[in-house]
Amino acid sequence: MSEGTGKAMSTTLPVLTPNDFASDQDVRWCPGCGDYSILAQMKKVLPQLGIPREKMVFISGIGCSSRFPYYVNTYGIHGIHGRAPAIATGLKCVRPDLHVWVITGDGDALSIGGNHLLHAIRRNVDINIVLFNNRIYGLTKGQYSPTSEFGKITKSTPMGAIDNPLNPLSVAIGCEATFVARSIDVHIKHLGEILRRAAEHKGTSFVEVYQNCNVFNDRAWDYATDRQTKADTILELEHGKPMIFGKNRDKGIRLNGTQPEVVTLGNGITEDDLLFHDEKAPEPTLAYLLSRMRYPEFPEPIGVLRDIERPVYEELMDEQVEQAIRTRGRGDLDKLFMSGDTWTVK
Amino acid sequence: MSTTIDSPSRTRPMQIIESATVRLAGDSGDGMQLVGNQLTNTSALAGNDVATFPDYPAEIRAPRGTRAGVSGFQVQFAAEDIFTPGDEVDALVAMNPAALVTNIGDLKRGGLLIVNSDSFDEKDLRLAELKSNPLDDPQITQNYRVIRVPMTSLTRKAVESTGLSVKLADRCKNFFAMGLIFWLYDRSLEPTLRFIREKFGSKPEIAEANELALKAGWNYGETTEIFASRFHVDPARLAPGVYKNVMGNQALAWGLMTAAARSNVDLFYGSYPITPASDILHELAKFKNFRVKTFQAEDEIAAICAAIGAAFGGAMAVTASSGPGIALKAEAMGLGVMLELPLLIIDVQRGGPSTGLPTKTEQADLLQVLYGRNGECPLPVLAARSPADCFDVVQEAWRIAVRYMTPVVVLSDGYIANGAEPWRVPRLADFDPIPIHHPTEPNDGDRFLPYLRDEKLARPWAIPGTPGLEHRIGGLEKQDGTGNVSYDPQNHEKMVHLRARKVAQIAQDIPEQAVFGPSEGDLLLVSWGGTYGACITAVQECLQQGLSVAHVHLRYLNPFPRNLGSLLGNYRRVLVAELNLGQLRMLLRAQFLVDARGYNKVQGRPFTVGELVEAIHQHVDELNGQGAFASPAKEKEKVRT
Ligand code: SF4
Repeated sequence: MSEGTGKAMSTTLPVLTPNDFASDQDVRWCPGCGDYSILAQMKKVLPQLGIPREKMVFISGIGCSSRFPYYVNTYGIHGIHGRAPAIATGLKCVRPDLHVWVITGDGDALSIGGNHLLHAIRRNVDINIVLFNNRIYGLTKGQYSPTSEFGKITKSTPMGAIDNPLNPLSVAIGCEATFVARSIDVHIKHLGEILRRAAEHKGTSFVEVYQNCNVFNDRAWDYATDRQTKADTILELEHGKPMIFGKNRDKGIRLNGTQPEVVTLGNGITEDDLLFHDEKAPEPTLAYLLSRMRYPEFPEPIGVLRDIERPVYEELMDEQVEQAIRTRGRGDLDKLFMSGDTWTVK
Repeated sequence: MSTTIDSPSRTRPMQIIESATVRLAGDSGDGMQLVGNQLTNTSALAGNDVATFPDYPAEIRAPRGTRAGVSGFQVQFAAEDIFTPGDEVDALVAMNPAALVTNIGDLKRGGLLIVNSDSFDEKDLRLAELKSNPLDDPQITQNYRVIRVPMTSLTRKAVESTGLSVKLADRCKNFFAMGLIFWLYDRSLEPTLRFIREKFGSKPEIAEANELALKAGWNYGETTEIFASRFHVDPARLAPGVYKNVMGNQALAWGLMTAAARSNVDLFYGSYPITPASDILHELAKFKNFRVKTFQAEDEIAAICAAIGAAFGGAMAVTASSGPGIALKAEAMGLGVMLELPLLIIDVQRGGPSTGLPTKTEQADLLQVLYGRNGECPLPVLAARSPADCFDVVQEAWRIAVRYMTPVVVLSDGYIANGAEPWRVPRLADFDPIPIHHPTEPNDGDRFLPYLRDEKLARPWAIPGTPGLEHRIGGLEKQDGTGNVSYDPQNHEKMVHLRARKVAQIAQDIPEQAVFGPSEGDLLLVSWGGTYGACITAVQECLQQGLSVAHVHLRYLNPFPRNLGSLLGNYRRVLVAELNLGQLRMLLRAQFLVDARGYNKVQGRPFTVGELVEAIHQHVDELNGQGAFASPAKEKEKVRT
């Protein structure tokens, strides 16, 4: 990189507060939209990271969620539909020093931008992708999305959607993601914690956030957020701990052959019989199994499904550059011009 | 006009000729491109001016022996400045009947037809869809000097000692043909022997066999009485300097690296494989020790989007493709215009529409790169005129991109991308720096306004990592100055005009258009891009014939040079030659109200000089025969002056 990009480094970091990350722009999401809560948690988490604000970049595509960069006072690009992971990849290739977030939605990431999502994840570019999943197209006023349930009736599917929905976490795991997590917009402490962990992970972090679109798909996540039911419909994952859930913490997940099953503790079934969570499992099998657990058959897992280490794309790219310089010397254009066969005209 | 001198071999008279045009044609698996490249390189090293035209099928291994599978390589080498690979061919090497029938039309009457007589049996004829053997056809035997050489069997014999299988031995026959041609044109074997050792060093038996075949071809010419004489082309009288033979895509890649060096930035190249642009990616990928970062993206859109991300980060960001890929990049090009970031977008044009003719040349993307986006979306557009010119054009494009904070399109085409010519080797120190400025301080009191413009209307290029200059940019309409999202009608109109004016006024910052030939007269031939060589040569010929013609070759297609409009008015007729249906012509007519005529060709092949000369003659005859046909626009001009 040229001179100047590293100038921002200072030895003592100023203490930042959430307010330091508020931009001067009016937030224009619908009142009551789940996006507000995600923004609030993000602004709380960012000052805790120990990263100077000028080193942070938010990149988005198109959709309600993609307005996000305008509302945080960092560097940012509001890109075009679906392409944020590609923009972020290019930026990280030349500026590995930056801390980059990609903010996207179910349509942006899984429909029009599916290809870029897939490839950013498999390259393990060190970016944090937060997918706001509201199971609907909000900005275009209510068409079904790639995560809308089969049969979903919307303006564009008056007789019900006939597309099989995608499961974002399964997709990410299928792309060999090194960090996969899920949280919920209204579950604010949990959400903050997951965002922080995503930020700290080296490599692509993929976070799905259940987000309520109160205008076009209100209460899509009711089962996961309702105080009455959520203890039974949500499984909070903890590394190294048995998978227990339920209002009375008396239910658990047990493996039966290759299938998970819900069991009630007692009657000879103890915690030791349950599946223990292992975020660090090198094989993605457990994470994938968890990603497949859907309501109402199962409680839906939230938390970190997978958190492993793998070389980071932009570092590998830099290493090749450094290696080439080590073995061949810093490139010299004059030498290159004169290389191979030349002749002289007098 | 030819002198006879003693050849070193003293066995055959040597004719000194001014130039030679040779075409090598065979099956796509026959290695004709390799032979062509070697002949080109060796001729360049001998000091000749060279120009090439490789022409090969889109399929990697098209059906053997068929007409569709024929791969050709034409090269002209000369003792004078030349700009084209030649119209008609002095010598044609045909490795099989299909190669013969598809290429014979371009062989001069009385020209040399050298065939591999081993591949003219029943089956070969059938594959070429021939009922009879063309070598028995009096049309061929009487009109050309046919030289039958049993290349396959001679090659097998020559490489016998290596113990190679017949299959592998047969693959050496291109080197046999090369040796024969090198003998015929008095070319040194040394560069090719060096090449063989480098390329096949790890397979000594293959290296040896190729070397044996090459020498056997040479000796065949020397010892048999089959050729009455040999030919020699003296070195060309080029400007003094060190020269090197370059291909267009290679020169383009080196130009990018040079531009990055002039700006002291790292080069980021995001690209998706596509013919005929992929060689730029291959070339740049070799040079990581120049801190070049190449990114083979998942698709064309990702390639340009990654480049946009890299530009935001402060790198020299470049993406390249061909027409179909440029179509995919269109939305992101619009984003680049809105973000006002420097970025190069290179379009190595090929025959279209859709997948079209991947390996053939065309100039039909001009309107696409100018207008193929939603909204009022102006971009500067430059076009390279020759392989070596690619080196210069991309640097000029980068200068404009950073000075004006805009994406810039560079047009190349398949013909110049794969063509080769001598290039006078520059020194890096010969070039001025292309300065880049990343601000570090607020520009409006204690605020930073990302869209506050300088006198050229360029906005500041503040990059992440700079404290206090945090800002957000995006594809939504910007408020003037602040860059905030704005839906205000007056602001939108203002911004549309600002972006248009910014690009339009680049005209003040580029050279005036030069004219070759008289500054006024009957006819002005206008061209752009890779047709330069044929057009300038045609105009030279017409001038020699006493016609009143001149030539304007445009490098800048948007904006046009500021004097272009008045230039066009100095001639009774403007003729625009393009490998499309008249795209530049339409632009000139629209912008300058000039009754420009077109000479157009869309065959996937470059212009020949001959057809252009003929077209010029037709127009000039028409003008002089019937004065009433003079352009009405011109008549008006006259009234005014
Ligand atoms: S449409 Fe839905 S997702 Fe979009 S801002 Fe409104 S509530 Fe939020």
